[in-house]
Amino acid sequence: MAKKQYSFYPGCSSQSGASSSNYLTSTQSMVNLLDVQLNEIPDWNCCGASIGYAGGGELPRIALSARNLALSEQHNPGQEVVATCAACWLATREAKERLDHSATLLAETNEALKEAGLVFKNEAPPARHMVEVLIEDIGYETLKSGVKKPLEGIKFAGYVGCQTNRPFGIDGESFENPMYLDRMVESMGGEAITNYDQKVTCCGGALAFSEPEKSQKQIHDIIESAYDHGADMIVTPCPLCQANVEIYQGEVNKRYGKKFNIPVTYYSQLITVAYGGSSKDAALDGQIIRATKLEDIANK
Amino acid sequence: MSIEKYTRNFLKEVEERVEEGHWVKMCMQCGVCAGSCPLGAHWEHTPQKIFMMIRAGKREEVLSSDSMWMCTSCYQCIVRCPRKLPITHIMHGLAYLAKREGLAPKNQPTAQFGQLFWDNLIKTGRVNELKLSLGMYFKDGFSQGIKNAMAMQSVGMGMMKAKRLNPMEIMGGHGVKDKSGFQAMLKKARELEDGRRKLA
Repeated sequence: MAKKQYSFYPGCSSQSGASSSNYLTSTQSMVNLLDVQLNEIPDWNCCGASIGYAGGGELPRIALSARNLALSEQHNPGQEVVATCAACWLATREAKERLDHSATLLAETNEALKEAGLVFKNEAPPARHMVEVLIEDIGYETLKSGVKKPLEGIKFAGYVGCQTNRPFGIDGESFENPMYLDRMVESMGGEAITNYDQKVTCCGGALAFSEPEKSQKQIHDIIESAYDHGADMIVTPCPLCQANVEIYQGEVNKRYGKKFNIPVTYYSQLITVAYGGSSKDAALDGQIIRATKLEDIANK
Repeated sequence: MSIEKYTRNFLKEVEERVEEGHWVKMCMQCGVCAGSCPLGAHWEHTPQKIFMMIRAGKREEVLSSDSMWMCTSCYQCIVRCPRKLPITHIMHGLAYLAKREGLAPKNQPTAQFGQLFWDNLIKTGRVNELKLSLGMYFKDGFSQGIKNAMAMQSVGMGMMKAKRLNPMEIMGGHGVKDKSGFQAMLKKARELEDGRRKLA
């Protein structure tokens, strides 16, 4: 079977020395183990993320995504754009949706792109998230069939968050209770806490940084519920969810008088370990709160 | 442009000047958005109220409200709205108009952070997380900046130890190769949008 190939948009936070560099390292290991090829979009730029509206308005923000899409059309023709970051995926998909619906915006976007010597032909289908590749293109059964070290004895709270769910949805699932992350955990032989009630709660997004006193309650609730359901660790598909829920645990503990200390991992780390990758392949050394139960399986 | 043209019809102004603003008239005041917002406890006005205020012509009150700045972009309001209004985007659009018109609340932290984020990303084409964090800590001056940075020291150290924050990023860090083309593109995009939306 021909290797599956995609035009890959890794995003700012995945770069070396950035907040989700462990997401990219484990994604690279994961796709190698799954025999999927990711062709990075050359010279990609930031998507503007969810907070970019404040300084960027609408058209400059759309131009950011259009530049990436134009570069992808040019250098990786015929390949679907795949993003691992929720905001990258969302911004790219949203931009195309706006351009599909407005001839004015499309014309203006191309006028702006001309300044960078580019043109957006709008040929490719909407951008996809990596979890869609795993679930829709590969499928749970095939994913399961490659497991070498089942994640036995680990209880995972599958924290989906917002943007890898709303507004586009994954695999046609409900917004209120998507099951895909739980099913991925189960495919890897782990125990999914299917009634984890904070799975689609917002982590505060950018406001975790700008308005911590207002948004840390979100992080508190997400973690407390994971503990209440007996989770050993949290798993998420989103780099901002991961960062907010992991790195501010100390701050949340101070504010609410708690002793939270729960690891927050990515699905790509789970798959890498279950497929026989090492701790280093899974970038478990990039955790601030070590995922020791996962390390134990990787080191077995 | 003459604002006078709009004073008696703020809804019309919103339709013409705000991202996805043409949807506002579709709101049927059910309040599901108000009950779905994760930062609902902190809003001055719910989206539902904002939409009614727009129709009532309350230009000053809407654009100076802190509400739009509480949006975390969680999209809960969008997926639950029975009329399918893109509420998240309308909030972003209103916030942007408020800022451009000089009516956004002064020293609103998310408004400040949003601008820092944009300025940061357009400089090299990719976000520099170290400079972004420092920019936010030091926005109210040097001594407050040191206090903020000290308060967050353990977070920063943990990030550095896990190699997820690189002190060398202060020297420049990641970026696109075609910086001049990238910046020219954004300049043109802003020019075009400013013209169409009559933003000064």
